[in-house]
Amino acid sequence: MSLEVLGITVLWIFLYGYLIVASIDFGAGFFAYYARITKREHIMSKLISRYLSPVWEVTNVFFVFFFVGLIGFFPDTAYYLGTALLLPGSVAIILLSIRGAFYAFGNYGVSNNTFFLFLYGATGLLIPASLSTALTISEGGYLNVTDNGVEFLAKELFTSPYSWSVVFLAIVSVLYISASFLTYYANRAEDNASRDIMRKFSLFWSAPTIIASFLVFIGLRRHNPGHFENALDLWWMFGLSFLFFAIATALVYFKKMYGLAFISVMLQFFFAFFGYGASHLPYIIYPYVTIEGSVVNETMGTALVIVFIAGLLLLIPSLFLLMRLFLFDADYIKGKK
Amino acid sequence: MELDSATLSRILTASTLMFHAIFATIGVGIPIFIMLAEFLGIKRKDPQLLILARRWARGYTITVAVGVVTGTAIGLQLSLLWPSFMQLAGQVIALPLFMETFAFFFEAIFLGIYLYTWDRFKNRWLHWLLTIPIVIGSTLSAFFITSVNAFMNFPQGFELVNGETVNIDPLAAMFNPATWPKVFHVVMSAYMTAAFILAAITAFAILRKKGTEYHKKALRITMIAGLVFAAGTALAGDLSAKYLAEHQPEKLAAAEWHFETETNADLILFGTINEDREISNAIRIPGMLSFLAGNSFDTEVTGLNEFPEDEQPPLWVHYAFDIMVGIGMYSLLIAGVFIILMLFKRFNEWNKPLLWGIVASGPLAMIAIECGWVLAEVGRQPWILRGYMRVEEGATTSGDVGIALAMFLLLYGVLAVFCVTVLIKMFKNRPPEAEVEKRYPNGTID
Repeated sequence: MSLEVLGITVLWIFLYGYLIVASIDFGAGFFAYYARITKREHIMSKLISRYLSPVWEVTNVFFVFFFVGLIGFFPDTAYYLGTALLLPGSVAIILLSIRGAFYAFGNYGVSNNTFFLFLYGATGLLIPASLSTALTISEGGYLNVTDNGVEFLAKELFTSPYSWSVVFLAIVSVLYISASFLTYYANRAEDNASRDIMRKFSLFWSAPTIIASFLVFIGLRRHNPGHFENALDLWWMFGLSFLFFAIATALVYFKKMYGLAFISVMLQFFFAFFGYGASHLPYIIYPYVTIEGSVVNETMGTALVIVFIAGLLLLIPSLFLLMRLFLFDADYIKGKK
Repeated sequence: MELDSATLSRILTASTLMFHAIFATIGVGIPIFIMLAEFLGIKRKDPQLLILARRWARGYTITVAVGVVTGTAIGLQLSLLWPSFMQLAGQVIALPLFMETFAFFFEAIFLGIYLYTWDRFKNRWLHWLLTIPIVIGSTLSAFFITSVNAFMNFPQGFELVNGETVNIDPLAAMFNPATWPKVFHVVMSAYMTAAFILAAITAFAILRKKGTEYHKKALRITMIAGLVFAAGTALAGDLSAKYLAEHQPEKLAAAEWHFETETNADLILFGTINEDREISNAIRIPGMLSFLAGNSFDTEVTGLNEFPEDEQPPLWVHYAFDIMVGIGMYSLLIAGVFIILMLFKRFNEWNKPLLWGIVASGPLAMIAIECGWVLAEVGRQPWILRGYMRVEEGATTSGDVGIALAMFLLLYGVLAVFCVTVLIKMFKNRPPEAEVEKRYPNGTID
């Protein structure tokens, strides 16, 4: 495997990791707030915060990892995306900051502050929307590159049906992924009341998720026909994605094997996300940045790969420990520890 | 001053970094003290010390949260505000940037585990062991990110041929001559600042007549460690000065208002300077600058006049330098006095003026951190990459920096207010004694 393919694969895996853990986190914030205002807090909030508290910081790292890695492996992206994303990027950082800080203020500091929980829940839905603009911009058509630098065509972005379909997909996916996970988590905690609420949410958000996915495809066909053609060549990946969607929905509907259902959701997004990514290649930012043209020089690339492997050897056991203690420890989830 | 994109980008970057520096310094320093308190608590079977570790850790989580989010902000802002710089630097210093996120990841995982497993292990030492990866992770973060900053001061490990970066050596870039003195100084001063902040809070509690045996123990721990780390910081500062004299003389010369190259150069304390570069109201210590630069009065110190005018840093960095060094000396003094009084039984180390002096030392230490960073950063103007890229060349061409600046300033204001409010609320009316009583009703830890 060449260095640039290896690099982009590593980065894509991290972005996928972020997609899953952040979706659970963002959605959970929204559901926690929803539970508070519908006075069902005693049921759900405890459960949610038991899961979130030890992992919230880790979620953030996945994201930092992705963008530091992107600049490391493909420094040219810093130039194009850096200039283009100044405003949307700043908005995303500010939302992330508010969310992270107020989560800690609310959970470790003063508990039961509805305003903090509102900030936490609301930002959770806005962040995926603002982050998804980076993906939209990478499809081309929203940048004007001249000798004087890169100009971001904000108006084009805000009036583009494609960009709105991506935003829509981002938001509903967050709620769907999160609900699927929390259904499983509540079931493990033998918290049947929470499980039933989350199960309904999971089913409720499944339809918009799949509709939004199709909308994105239709939008892509008009916006970037080349990419659309590539995606058609990889039809089997999207087919597998749909298959796992069907399995997940069926399992949740028939109230069976919630763990397997969540794994199916993960696979559904895995295939869709990797199918999308693979069909986007060789472009990182269409048509200015390709993976071959922008890859960091070989010495640095090799050093990054070595560090990456060494880092994983350190992280995987640590993450395993974290999950053993908080995610797969039945007594902890049930609130006995 | 014209408010173009480059200037606005500088203001925004400076605001983010100065805000982040407060929390980053606390983030690097405090884990050492949590580790220390828990260690002593288990070893001496002292419930008070265990509660001390717990309370420090609880406050720490709040500051870590703000540190994490502002750290994420600066990480992204580097690319958003300085895209051309990151395009070039990404080729050369991606390695330490990447490693920093690993260190951060490592720390994040174990901090999460640590905070939620206080009573989960039968063997208390197992829980204490979790502090080791936290301390390692936070200190390594400081190391890697400081090496990036060192590279900007002393770029090496690459060549620029017709605008192309070639012959890249990632390790040479990372371990440049500026790295070790900088890292040593950053880590020592972070430990030191954490010590004085924790001490200041404790001394304040004692002055408010809420002090008990618990507070006295806390103050002794922080003051002894504070003295050690303040001495370490002074040593690191001396090494930094020697590094500057050898490799970055224009920064030292601007900080010391030293214009003509000469041996037996004077050290200038305080003072004012006018347009014609005439210094008044200053205290001159003959030959001391030469001594600082090379341990001998005969050391030749390069003057600022050797550099073209458009490559000279602004002269006001002298004030930042004086404040930083002055506070460093004050910290050594106050910790030294406290410990001497403590060691000789016939004195009273709990006297009011001394305690007020300790209360002042906390915020002062943080001011010193800010001044030190201002000196380090403004002292390498006009370069973003010394000798290679000027600040204006690295800045974004976007016209929206002004809006971003306004949004971020508002954010930092809100975060500051809430962070302080929440921290005060957390500890107010929750005396440690009650907590000891509640968790360890028998007065022992088992």
